[in-house]
Amino acid sequence: MPAQTMSRRAPGVILIAGAALYSVVPLLSMVSAALSPQGTFPSGLSWPTDPQWHNFVDAWNVANITTLLRSSTLIVLGVVPAAVLISTMAAYAIVILKIPLGRVFYTVLVLTLTLPYEIVIVPLYEQNKEMGLLGSQWSLILPLIGLNMPFAIFWMRAHFANVPRELTEAAGIDGAGSWRALVHIHLPLARPAIASLCLLMFLSTWNQFLLALVLIDDPEQRTMAGALQAFTTKYSTDQVLLNAGALLIMTPTIIVFLFLQRHFVKALLQGAVKG
Amino acid sequence: MTTMQPAKPHDLLPVGNRNAGSREKVTAARIRRPFRGTRWTGWLFALPALAFYGVFSFRPVLMSIQYSFYDWDGVGASTWVGLDNYVEVFTDPEQISSLAHAFYLILFFTVLPVGLALLTASVLRDLRGRFTGAVARTLLFLPQIIPGAAAGVAWTWMYSDNGVVNQVLRAVGLGSLARSWLADFSWSLTAVGFIGTWLSTGLCTMLLLAGIGRIDGSLYEAARIDGAGPLRQFRAVTLPGLRNEIGVCVTITIIAALASFDVVYLSTQGGPGTQTMVPGVAVYNLAFNDSRLGAASALAVVLSLIVIAVIAPLQRLFREK
Repeated sequence: MPAQTMSRRAPGVILIAGAALYSVVPLLSMVSAALSPQGTFPSGLSWPTDPQWHNFVDAWNVANITTLLRSSTLIVLGVVPAAVLISTMAAYAIVILKIPLGRVFYTVLVLTLTLPYEIVIVPLYEQNKEMGLLGSQWSLILPLIGLNMPFAIFWMRAHFANVPRELTEAAGIDGAGSWRALVHIHLPLARPAIASLCLLMFLSTWNQFLLALVLIDDPEQRTMAGALQAFTTKYSTDQVLLNAGALLIMTPTIIVFLFLQRHFVKALLQGAVKG
Repeated sequence: MTTMQPAKPHDLLPVGNRNAGSREKVTAARIRRPFRGTRWTGWLFALPALAFYGVFSFRPVLMSIQYSFYDWDGVGASTWVGLDNYVEVFTDPEQISSLAHAFYLILFFTVLPVGLALLTASVLRDLRGRFTGAVARTLLFLPQIIPGAAAGVAWTWMYSDNGVVNQVLRAVGLGSLARSWLADFSWSLTAVGFIGTWLSTGLCTMLLLAGIGRIDGSLYEAARIDGAGPLRQFRAVTLPGLRNEIGVCVTITIIAALASFDVVYLSTQGGPGTQTMVPGVAVYNLAFNDSRLGAASALAVVLSLIVIAVIAPLQRLFREK
């Protein structure tokens, strides 16, 4: 590389290195604390002379990670496929089938798109209590499906709006019913949009904190993020176990992210409206 | 079509139905509607969504508004109190200050990240697609992926007496400034703010980088030929070209700042005193610690109105000319 290019690139490289460092230092400092001997006061960022990998096993056990993984997975499996399916069907009805009053429905959805979760937590709590759902994973799954509708339909509508009209007309002329047209023509085309939506919903469901905290008393039935609250209260003075536990709790999302990095970034850039 | 058709950034947020109608109206008049006879039966497709949305999203919003006019502990009878709860939101020092804190956090969740991201993205324009870029992209994005609650734990440790922040201060000879940041009355809110900066900078950088990639390179060339230096190029080409992307960054991060809950709840719970109290945590406390469901609802309604009031004009401001 010519020297001139090098010197032109140097500030950029330094800047990006600094930014990347800033991103990972908090995580690295957790790792360094998590590897210190239990019962000691770890200090800042320092590679422990005798890393205690066993801390992670202990944290796994005291934080009940196995149970939490199962619970989070159950919640994600309850929310994501159902929400994606019914939002896709609704967007299809609004855009392609042009159902009467569909535009009104869509406008109402969009108007509630930016509302913060704070406005629904109290009524959701009361409503779930009445329905006898409170405390089980259902009390989180059902509301999350409903709360995801504005964004999911908004997302799928954007996709369907870009499907060439001729395609739908051709399907109609060929005698396909609206259901067959959806399954055989529109769904295959929508696959990339659906995949991105799945990723976004996985992330927001798995990381769901406020609703999990409010709607499920038993931390072990919550999402992993929601369970973190109980864990920090219990081990607030034990920096070693606390950091090991918190790291374990964030690991699954990081692993999924590393595998699907490209898709994650793309999906998030395209539409992280609600956290 | 291999790439998906994304929502265009300026489409990301509501503000009416922005000219969506015009094209479709024309075609509906000219071309026969497909699937004739399925008009109303088409609702069968939308019904599940309508049901879930109605029961678990729309109805709760209405209920919140209704609760906000009552004094109710969730168990006993509720009493109509008119606007009393709203009066309290604007007269109770704790609730007022929580709203003020939310606005202060915009500085750290929005202004700082967008500024940093603009700097990073414009300097990095040349580095796109390289290996370092790919690694950096992964690392920069990590904060966006982990749960906000976990970020609260990570930073509580960073800010503690023997955490990294104090370690660095001592290493550079500023040990006298070291303190328990989150417990410090004058610094805690700013400390919480920087957690927000950490969380949102990566997303903003990626978004702006993607936006810069779409700017026509010949614009830069023309600016250079006209003798524009890097700063002029930034002002004349980059900034206008990133209008939409900046709008999306600002919108997303302002909502995150105003409605923040998990980071604050897990790092400070609003303390010390009420120094880091934000509306999200205040709503939670009012409802589930103080059993004052009406007051909690009123604050939540006000918070929602503030979000809309701040976001709506921004949408107009950042909309493509």
